[in-house]
Amino acid sequence: MKITLKVWRQKDNNSKGAFKTYQLDHVSSDMSFLEMFDVLNNDLVQKGEEPIAFDHDCREGICGMCSMYINGRPHGPLQTTTCQLHMRSFKDGETITVEPWRAAAFPVLKDLVVDRSAFDRINQAGGYVSVNTGGVPDANEIPIPKADADKAFDAAACIACGACVAACKNASAMLFVSAKISQLALLPQGQPERKTRAEKMVAQMDAEGFGSCTNTLACEAECPKGISVTNIARMNREYYGAKFSSENV
Amino acid sequence: MNWFTNFFSSSIGRKLVMALTGLFLILFLVVHLAGNLQLLLNDGGKAFNIYAHTMTSNIFIKIVGYVNYTMILLHVIWAIWLTRTNKTSRPVGYAVSKNSSTWSSRNMGILGTLILLFLVFHLQGFWYRMHWGPIDTVSYDGEEYRNLYAVVDFAYSHLWYTAIYVISMAILAFHLYHGFGSAFQTLGLNHVKYNPVIKFIGVAFAIIVPALFALIPIVMFLN
Ligand code: HEM
Ligand code: FES
Repeated sequence: MKITLKVWRQKDNNSKGAFKTYQLDHVSSDMSFLEMFDVLNNDLVQKGEEPIAFDHDCREGICGMCSMYINGRPHGPLQTTTCQLHMRSFKDGETITVEPWRAAAFPVLKDLVVDRSAFDRINQAGGYVSVNTGGVPDANEIPIPKADADKAFDAAACIACGACVAACKNASAMLFVSAKISQLALLPQGQPERKTRAEKMVAQMDAEGFGSCTNTLACEAECPKGISVTNIARMNREYYGAKFSSENV
Repeated sequence: MNWFTNFFSSSIGRKLVMALTGLFLILFLVVHLAGNLQLLLNDGGKAFNIYAHTMTSNIFIKIVGYVNYTMILLHVIWAIWLTRTNKTSRPVGYAVSKNSSTWSSRNMGILGTLILLFLVFHLQGFWYRMHWGPIDTVSYDGEEYRNLYAVVDFAYSHLWYTAIYVISMAILAFHLYHGFGSAFQTLGLNHVKYNPVIKFIGVAFAIIVPALFALIPIVMFLN
């Protein structure tokens, strides 16, 4: 395949970036999108040029690192991660535009790499269960309704890739935060810190500069893990309940 | 009170204000429509004029009126606040963008602004005339009433005036098409059993209510 790549190049957080165009003449349709970038970077290195910086780690769709906004959609034309996207999803001769996630809370560090540590700080604010030391509890000691366990599991499938933020016109992180709040609010282990968690995680989300939710549902449509916006409704309920009944004045 | 102001300025609390005021305005639309449909009765405006008189003199209705103005103001102020901060969350946009959401949902701010412009025009034309004139009177059974019907009838004898109303109702339809269902999601009311019902009523409401509102100027213009 032949393709034309328009890639966002930016030296660092402080410099102004611009698109740079690359011609690739020998792309196999079986390559993953990241492998195509590897080939391009090899060429660039051989020519003595600076390779394109992009994030990746597992390359099997579970770490959420491979953030790229491809042809106007997070992770490209399929509802999957960039590492799981293959060149056969594109036409021969196509021009592909690749941009970094755009959000005030995700500053661009270099080229396509953005700083997603805002997500970590939101999790640190309350996305955990405090466990005291002691004997190891028996597995299945606490009964959990199957339906709740399933919903919690579906929410826990979130890999914090940030596609929801990238897709949302408000750069809102609500799909991510609601998945993290839901997975714990649905389980008995999450109950002791339930209200404080909802309050603190939402406060941190706002402090990081993510937008509010207009319910456009773009996040759900782009989430590679199929996280549902029912989680956002649940987070809203959790937050209202917590704000009006917790003792945090 | 810190938690309280904190709540209403949070991303979720601000949306709650939008949803509650929006749903109140939806209820208001129903009442307003019921009153307006009397314009189509073939009685030379009697029923409508008596209704308009009650709306401006009954103390209970006056209080509901003030609540309504407050709700509109809150909806507008919170809308501006929300939409502006939402914009700052993405200071640099994308060069290429394909949307996976409805047009209405992405343009609630623009739709709302157009509705606001219409509201100013509408209140200036009818509401202000009714309260502060100039307006003729008409008497039914020995009692004097302001003839708001005549004002409306005259306004809708102009094509441009009728067109503004019809276009504005189409804009309202798009606002409601997204807004109705969205308000329930904001309230946290998302449930497999009721989602289809909310969606159906929302779409039906967004089509039927603005269509009936628009029908009035069209019929009066044609007459
Ligand atoms: C009769 C008039 C109106 C009705 C019935 C109405 C109703 C609604 C409803 C039900 C919502 C959904 C709330 C939610 O998502 O939770 C909404 C959202 C919105 N309204 Fe209105 N509205 C009206 C007028 C206006 C006006 C005059 C503005 C002017 C600025 C406005 C601006 C907005 C905006 C910007 C949103 C979206 C907020 C967001 O980003 O989530 N609306 N409206
Ligand atoms: S590299 Fe891990 S999800 Fe793509």
